[in-house]
Amino acid sequence: MVYFDNAATTAVSELALKEMSPYFSQKYGNASSLHQYGQEASQALSKARQTVTQILGAKPSEIFFTGGASESNNWMIKGVVEAASSLLPAGAKPHLIVSPIEHHCVLDTAEYLEQSGQAQVSWLSVDSAGLVGPRDIISLIQDNTVLVSVMYVNNEIGTIEPIAEIGAALREYNSQNRSVSPLTSHLPLPIAFHTDAVQAVQYLDCRVDRLGVDALSLSAHKFHGPKGVGIAFIRQGTKIARFIHGGAQEANQRAGTENVSGIVGLEAALLEAANNRQKNFEHVSQLQKSLIDQVLRIDNVQLTGPLPGRHRVPHIASFVVSGVDGEALLLRLDSEGFAVSSGSACTSASLDPSHVLLAIGVGEAESHGSIRVSLSSYNTQEEVDQFVVAFKKVIKEVRALAPRLS
Amino acid sequence: MLYSQKVLDHFHNPHNHGEISSPSASAQVGNPVCGDIIKFDLEIGQRPKDDGSNESYIKDVKFQTMGCAAAISVSSVMTDMVIGQSLEQASQVSFEDIVKELDGLPPIKIHCAQLARECLLKAIEHYEESQ
Repeated sequence: MVYFDNAATTAVSELALKEMSPYFSQKYGNASSLHQYGQEASQALSKARQTVTQILGAKPSEIFFTGGASESNNWMIKGVVEAASSLLPAGAKPHLIVSPIEHHCVLDTAEYLEQSGQAQVSWLSVDSAGLVGPRDIISLIQDNTVLVSVMYVNNEIGTIEPIAEIGAALREYNSQNRSVSPLTSHLPLPIAFHTDAVQAVQYLDCRVDRLGVDALSLSAHKFHGPKGVGIAFIRQGTKIARFIHGGAQEANQRAGTENVSGIVGLEAALLEAANNRQKNFEHVSQLQKSLIDQVLRIDNVQLTGPLPGRHRVPHIASFVVSGVDGEALLLRLDSEGFAVSSGSACTSASLDPSHVLLAIGVGEAESHGSIRVSLSSYNTQEEVDQFVVAFKKVIKEVRALAPRLS
Repeated sequence: MLYSQKVLDHFHNPHNHGEISSPSASAQVGNPVCGDIIKFDLEIGQRPKDDGSNESYIKDVKFQTMGCAAAISVSSVMTDMVIGQSLEQASQVSFEDIVKELDGLPPIKIHCAQLARECLLKAIEHYEESQ
């Protein structure tokens, strides 16, 4: 079986698994306990926090371990809105600017805040490659804008958003405008910049100062770490309410006994990813180039998102195949031994086509034939070549089932 | 969302797929929401009933479908269900019967069975109009 669904999740690396394993039944202490078991766990957490701190160029006090990026993103968005609600003048509702191609954990959180009357949301537009324009963001800023949220890499089509450019534009805006805003003159609340970097950290530099972000989320299982553990970077000084109540863990900001084994696995996997970033980037880029070149030779198959180059991450390529349904392709590929995913409406629980494909202008009919192939550094050229053969075969078979379009 | 083994069997090895060269009647229906398209070709025959009168029956049916695994499997299983049935019997096959025959469908895919039923009824209607 060939696994080409690495944007969904990845295999835990051997090293991460090895590092984690003593923390289940030998070093199983609660990091809040004072005895040796507890101290051992607490030291493991400090060491992991230090590693993350170095890789992200942050301060240890700015790194929080969470249950994954969905939690991190929920916390960051809801927490900034809650904090701002009490800081803004009475009657002013916090305003968010959000990209329309975010992961559902950002999109649905923003929609929830909007629908429950806690925030106003302006949705950005994206071009046909899925790119957000930094100037569009600035033009949408209102006096009550408190947060901008744009993902670093889109998980469906692989677009790399211009995060550093947006960060620089927002910093400039904050420095020039926020102290003179009539609404916030007594409370100079700078606009916080949030990015979901879940699909980025394996291949791209995520140092927070280079990006100019105030909040950044990661999930270990996307970079060969375990599931159920993630990171929230929150820049010192960012006004944010706590999210999970019930304990003093994570500097009193995120209650709950720390997932020590998971955090140790996250640390090992993140360090491995950071140390091999360039090598993995080159290897996976080559595989992707070969994949795209070969797949685009099949009749009536198109690549979605940006062309290979500086705006495309090396591991995600999504295609639309005309005249077929993506789910049918996916299941036939599965029986041929290849695991991929689809943005087709028929594979979703809601029957809605992918919001990302619709936002970049892929028609509803075309979106039915969507297939996403997401690679990892564990994949090989041989697997890519075998996949292309199987892909051609199943496209032909599934197309042959359909009536001729009259 | 999990498919029953029967759905997967029909999806991977569909029965009665293709076209009938000179069909007695055909129909094609589409679901604008999910984009599925189902087409049935019918070959209608006549056979004597016990009381000596003749009845029309489905001698053969072929399907062509563009859609997900559910759309393909409902088309395939429906052809199995109605071959040999009188038009009256075939008209009474409900979408629930189709779902049952497939050992169930995920709730969100039930509409595929409704689409297959709609397509068959339309093909029978086309046949009756032509007589």
